Amino acid sequence: MAQLIDDDPRIIEFDVRTDEMLVNMGPQHPSTHGVLRLVLRTDGEIVSQVEPHIGYLHRCAEKIGENLSARQWIPYTDRMDYLAAMNMNLGWALAVEKLMKHEVSEKARHLRVLIAELGRVASHLVGMGAYGLDLGTFSPFLYAFREREKILDLFEEACGARLTYSYITVGGLTADLPPGWLDKCEAFLEQFEPVIQEYHALLTTNAIFVKRTAGIGVLSREMAIDYGCSGPVLRGSGVDQDMRRDGESIYTAMYDGYAFEVAVWKDGHYPRDHTYPAVPADAVLGDCWHRFFVRMLEVVQSIDLIRQAIDRYSACKGPLGEPLKLTEKIPAGDAYLETECPKGQMGFYVVGDGTPIPWRVRARSSSFSNLSVVHELCRGCLIADVPAIVGSLDIVMGEIDR
Amino acid sequence: MRGPAFLEKLEAALPGAVTGRNLEALDPWIEVAPERIADVSRWLKESSEPRFDALECVTAVDWCEPDPKKAAKVAWQPRIEMVYHLWSTAARVSLVLKATLPRWKNDTPGELPEIPSVAGVWRTADWHEREVFDMSGVNFIGHPDQRRILCPEDWEGYPLRKDYEMPLEYHGIRGR
Repeated sequence: MAQLIDDDPRIIEFDVRTDEMLVNMGPQHPSTHGVLRLVLRTDGEIVSQVEPHIGYLHRCAEKIGENLSARQWIPYTDRMDYLAAMNMNLGWALAVEKLMKHEVSEKARHLRVLIAELGRVASHLVGMGAYGLDLGTFSPFLYAFREREKILDLFEEACGARLTYSYITVGGLTADLPPGWLDKCEAFLEQFEPVIQEYHALLTTNAIFVKRTAGIGVLSREMAIDYGCSGPVLRGSGVDQDMRRDGESIYTAMYDGYAFEVAVWKDGHYPRDHTYPAVPADAVLGDCWHRFFVRMLEVVQSIDLIRQAIDRYSACKGPLGEPLKLTEKIPAGDAYLETECPKGQMGFYVVGDGTPIPWRVRARSSSFSNLSVVHELCRGCLIADVPAIVGSLDIVMGEIDR
Repeated sequence: MRGPAFLEKLEAALPGAVTGRNLEALDPWIEVAPERIADVSRWLKESSEPRFDALECVTAVDWCEPDPKKAAKVAWQPRIEMVYHLWSTAARVSLVLKATLPRWKNDTPGELPEIPSVAGVWRTADWHEREVFDMSGVNFIGHPDQRRILCPEDWEGYPLRKDYEMPLEYHGIRGR
């Protein structure tokens, strides 16, 4: 091992020219969205190469999954994308249900839509607030977290936890909503909708924000698809793809009958079902501003979806149903399912062998692929653009490292 | 995609590459000879109808029972199964490619099994293959930068293999 370190310069240091600088945005850094290490090779202020180093948050969730039953692994999915844990739970639960060929009750489906979309709003609020923080502005961060607190309060009433819920589980949900929850949820939506206009004023149309994000980190369609990007990163480049509409039937069946527009630039404009600020003149499709704007649009679409889900859940007469037993056998075979999580398409692959413990679990993280494109985007940008680009990808290290 | 016609074109273009298939499975899959995986991938990305322009996930499944008493009773052969999940953006269909590798090259423990890298076909494979190399110990021939991604650079062993044992210590930290 020692000889390998001495011989191979890539491991410890690059071969640095005398006029180049090696700047380390180390694992502890306020702008790297978790424990991410970015090694920048710069010529003065201009970055010629960014190399991300990940793995600081690797907790061997996949290895642990080979020793636990499907339901027991749900808390590990919580801790992957901890900002949108509901969606992680849903992804894993659906993947196992696909393999087991198990269908949940209709009421459970509507409740899952409600919870998943509320989780999407919560996650995008962090994405938006933390992005402002990366660029140096503190107020949007606090405003976003003020609203997020209300969502977390709702989740705490529903399942007892604020961050790592384990609420959606294999076979349904662990418990039904408490009485009065739907009224509180509707009150929150009533109060939240006008506040979004505040965020547009604070960030989306703010001249400084536009200057720092428009035209920066432009990701072309082909590169986005080739690098496996998904979610707002992909839709921000103009690719019309959303797993809630295009994905596996077990997942799209959940959204059957729900009216929503995919937030993507199509035919020269974004969806026109709500009023949005105009796209600034400097913004280029695929830049940081568009990726950010897609998230803002998705928040509004999610509010619509939540309202529809509340109506359909309340109108549903059947029972919620019980989740499957902790030791339910997983049939032999394998199943892969991707769900549209706030950060992108999160895929879960489960290989069963007839026992309750799966043979292999694999979590395909959206942020993992989204982050891999950063070395292309940051070529030739300024050092100050690096947090703008990384922030626009909205990554979370828990998901990348698992 | 869900038709024999697609498979016929693939077999006509690359004879001998497809060694198995199950298009009626939950996730339809075709098995490919490991040394032909890059050719098949390139065909699927560029010449197929629909074009599979996105690689979603690369997984290595280690079929190995480390307990010798249980190993005598299993029905399957010990092997590493590479699973590639593909997606076509235009047609919105998915396809699974599988390739079977021996657990150790030439059955010599320590010599990693080899498969050509598909990083030249889909650039996302770069990081996915680094993770498979790191976790399951598969050598990707032609990979631009094969090194560990999740574990530290000087970690020894391949954690997701079924016969992996945690090292006794790592830089003074007790392992087990």
